[in-house]
Amino acid sequence: MATKTLRVDYLARVEGEGALDLHINDGRVTAAQLRIFEPPRFFEALLRGRSYAEIPDIVARICGICPIAYQMGGVQAIENAFGIDVGEQIRILRRLVYCGEWIGSHALHVVMLHAPDFLGFPDAIQMARDHGEAVRNGLALKQTGNELMRLLGGREIHPVNVRAGGFHRVPNRAELAPIAESLKRAHDRAKGLIAWVATFPFPEFEQNYEFVALRHPSAYPITAGRLVSNHGIDIDIADYDREFEEQHVAHSTALHSMSKRRGPYLVGPLARYALNFDRLPASVQSAAREAGVGPVCNNPFRSIIVRALEIMYACEEALRLIEAYEPPDAAYVAVRPRAGEGFGCTEAPRGICWHHYEFDADGTIHSARIVPPTSQNQPSIEADLTAVATSVLDQPDDMIRHRCEQSIRNYDPCISCSTHFLKLTVHRT
Amino acid sequence: MTAACADAISRRVLVIGFGNPDRGDDGVGVLVAQNLQGRLLTGVTILSRTGDPLSLIDDWTDFDALVCIDAAAPMGTPGRIHRIDLASRDLPRDLTLTSSHAFGLAEVIALARALERAPRNIIVYAIEGHCFDNSAVLTPAVAVAAAETAERIIAEVGALRERSWATGEIAVEIKSQ
Repeated sequence: MATKTLRVDYLARVEGEGALDLHINDGRVTAAQLRIFEPPRFFEALLRGRSYAEIPDIVARICGICPIAYQMGGVQAIENAFGIDVGEQIRILRRLVYCGEWIGSHALHVVMLHAPDFLGFPDAIQMARDHGEAVRNGLALKQTGNELMRLLGGREIHPVNVRAGGFHRVPNRAELAPIAESLKRAHDRAKGLIAWVATFPFPEFEQNYEFVALRHPSAYPITAGRLVSNHGIDIDIADYDREFEEQHVAHSTALHSMSKRRGPYLVGPLARYALNFDRLPASVQSAAREAGVGPVCNNPFRSIIVRALEIMYACEEALRLIEAYEPPDAAYVAVRPRAGEGFGCTEAPRGICWHHYEFDADGTIHSARIVPPTSQNQPSIEADLTAVATSVLDQPDDMIRHRCEQSIRNYDPCISCSTHFLKLTVHRT
Repeated sequence: MTAACADAISRRVLVIGFGNPDRGDDGVGVLVAQNLQGRLLTGVTILSRTGDPLSLIDDWTDFDALVCIDAAAPMGTPGRIHRIDLASRDLPRDLTLTSSHAFGLAEVIALARALERAPRNIIVYAIEGHCFDNSAVLTPAVAVAAAETAERIIAEVGALRERSWATGEIAVEIKSQ
């Protein structure tokens, strides 16, 4: 029996390092294992025994791309445990800085990391020679996201201005005015981006996902909501463990999250979009229709269009929030620790990011659990890879390798959050 | 030619120190930039940058020449200064800091060139670091190298401003160590 091995020594254009093993026996894909061998990062253990006040600065270090997601989940859990209501204006600013993170993260992924897959380029640098305007637009969008992060977070990578109860400092309306102008330009760029990615050639491939996302009574979900799925889940975020569980798997140092009743599930843009299409403004719904995307999209390759739609949404939402903002009397409300537990869950660019902490009476962290989006998506990535590889088994090895890498990048995986990521090996027997 | 005329046709030069001062030797580029404040020719711009490397493209778009100072990963000789003229060679990937944010300095320069938004002349000073721990002080050998690099850049910037517009040739050769 012949054995064949395909190897990619470094899987590029993902956040972090790891490996994929694809096993093909007698013309059939028997296993696709996302092998994450990066040593655990011990953030949860690092938090134990420290003060609640350190959570925002520590968890921001989990990820350089989506630090706001970790900070927001953390402060939400603190405030939940201590019975704090931060008030409407602080909520506006938190949603606003989160819009900045969505714009920056999505723009980086769509243009610099994912688009080259569809256009046949090895990377964005090669692509820039033929698609300079698109790359310049992508960079400009990312800059707009960075501007929001800098103004409200203090800096774009690992922001320092978020704290329990609010912010260390809040801006006045005049400080937000230049950002509003930048966001208007970004909104136009986002529409151009949607039109550009909608022209890409997409593989005919669909999966029957269980989508899981937050759902808010009135808004497209970013910072708050209940956990819902298209298979009937509708729970408070505190009940996450009732429906989901984290599992150790031998081939990965990152935990795998599974639905207890049904197995793999999908979080991120496709899930948010499918479960909350009715919460998008008419302008974004219209842009989706023009881009050929219906209210539900089960083709993971088309997630690049949905990310572009979410950039457009984040620009519109940020402008609405700036218009609604009135500086609060204080940058934060007083925090009085008490013994108890708290939960936080927000929509990171890559999907729900869930936090649970237990605190002692003086606010010392007794326990911490953080479930990042990429560890929740790992089982779905493996399921996609099995199906994708099966659909192209008759193709040359290079084609299989390319399509598998592209499939992984559909998820914009942040292996730094779940740990790290790297090479693709195909075993044929 | 009057001094004013000479200044008017002098090339626009930008000096950027890159890194995180809160991470020990990673901040050496920023330290050099701070050291150069007030010591360079009028009209030369000095910036310190600690954030997203992709933002650098906007910083340098309107300049003719760029001097960039960054820390290099440890390679056994803390404080060793590498001077790379990107007109004659590419930035070695093993000299750049690996970034968890997808793009490091080498990639950003390559991208800017592909977009035709890179200065014509780019000189990179990469100083080998030793300790990149949180809140660490600068390694003594790296601190010495920072001071020496600042002196070399003062001469470097003068030469860059005098480079021929037509050829981009440097008028004063600066030997790399």
